Amino acid sequence: MLPEGTRLTGSSSFADYLASTAPELMPGAASRSNGAHSDLAPHATTIVAATFDGGVIMAGDRRATMGNVIAQRDIEKVFPADEYSCIGIAGSAGLAIEMVRLFQVELEHYEKIEGTVLSADGKANRLAALIRGNLGLAMQGLAVVPLFAGFDLETQQGRIFSYDVTGGRYEEHSGFHTVGSGSVFARGSLKKLYSRSLTEGDCVTAAVQALYDAADDDSATGGPDLTRRIFPVVSVVTSDGYRRLADEEVGAIADDVIGGRLVRPDGPAAPLN
Amino acid sequence: MSQQFYVSPEQLMKDRADFARKGITRGRSVAVVEYADGILFVAENPSRALHKISEIYDRIGFAAVGRYNEFENLRIAGVRLADMRGYAYDRRDVTARGLANAYAQTLGTIFSSGGEKPYEVEIFVGELGEDAAHDQVYRLMYDGSVADVQGFGVMGGQSEQVEAYLGEHYTTGLDLAGAIKVAVTALGQDTDPVRTVEAAALEVATLSRSRPQPRKFKRLTGADVEAALRV
Repeated sequence: MLPEGTRLTGSSSFADYLASTAPELMPGAASRSNGAHSDLAPHATTIVAATFDGGVIMAGDRRATMGNVIAQRDIEKVFPADEYSCIGIAGSAGLAIEMVRLFQVELEHYEKIEGTVLSADGKANRLAALIRGNLGLAMQGLAVVPLFAGFDLETQQGRIFSYDVTGGRYEEHSGFHTVGSGSVFARGSLKKLYSRSLTEGDCVTAAVQALYDAADDDSATGGPDLTRRIFPVVSVVTSDGYRRLADEEVGAIADDVIGGRLVRPDGPAAPLN
Repeated sequence: MSQQFYVSPEQLMKDRADFARKGITRGRSVAVVEYADGILFVAENPSRALHKISEIYDRIGFAAVGRYNEFENLRIAGVRLADMRGYAYDRRDVTARGLANAYAQTLGTIFSSGGEKPYEVEIFVGELGEDAAHDQVYRLMYDGSVADVQGFGVMGGQSEQVEAYLGEHYTTGLDLAGAIKVAVTALGQDTDPVRTVEAAALEVATLSRSRPQPRKFKRLTGADVEAALRV
């Protein structure tokens, strides 16, 4: 038998349907207590995104930390949201991954029910609503702060949206953005490396450089792991859709970056003026 | 005081079945054909917006005939059921069998309950397997009965003539163009003399194993269909 409520006409939102029929499955629904818990659950760290002519790239390091302990070395923090967008997560890893799963179903659900894809702004707004739903836990130290990027099929360009814990949604017009504990260092690095004329490949190199700089100064961000061959997750979204770069491709770029750092550990020098 | 006349249960069910069947035969037929690379759905449907064929989940497709509002209602319920199950458990745990069972029970309950009128719909639910031998297609009737479809199936309109043609001309292991051709020719058998169905009046979709994405459902454009018919 089709479950109660499935045959009622309602909204095209899976999250709304879930909240009304199975609220216990909403991300973070189980825990409602007082006090700060930020050290009890793994935290995911640095994500960078940058646009180029014809698309956008997003990259994330592979480390999750729990207090001073490295909880996982090969966690993945960049996911496809649908065919033309991707989402990277920083903050409380368990909650964030659950939120990504819900967001993925949300977009696919809308697409199937309505027979058309959401606009880029529509997707960004839905994500803002999901983050706002997590505000209670964010106040206890279990915040989720994703970075959303996608290829806008209407304007034919890559776009980046950042968020705060209250669900505030901000479009980044500078062409790049970073989130997570190492984001200040990664942003400083990208400021010097990024320009709008970069190609897709250049953007990937700049992102790997920025993650290296973040790992250099932030203990919660992992650098390229040469012994285990663990490299950042790098995704590219263009008019052809979402594509995750193969480990070999990222590995080759990371090897180049590290080769340069052996000569100059602080990375490429920017001209003084 | 009005007198309630006795109506035997047999007569009651027969009347309801006749009513549902009449509604279903008014529309054009929908055909489903298993081919080498997956499952093909073909419907005669001049509308580009009101679909008879849709995606339910990664490997599950849906086709319907009858009253639009009723099968649309069932389609949305199916998408919700599938998405909910995939979210609560895992994407691999969403199966056509589970969905067909849910539809069968819903249709059966509506059919035999006195309150609602029976749904005037018939539905195909198809699931793509790892190989052709594991493809599954279920046919659901207005009264909740389920049948397992082997190779090909037709419902709606003058489905007997269409099914007879497919029975004669269908072979296993067809390629996509061959499957489209035989299905489209079959849909034209519902009148005497036989007619040719134009590509523009067709809604065609596949569940295809060769699609690299996890979501295997794909709508074919008019140009794709025309190219297949020309071969």
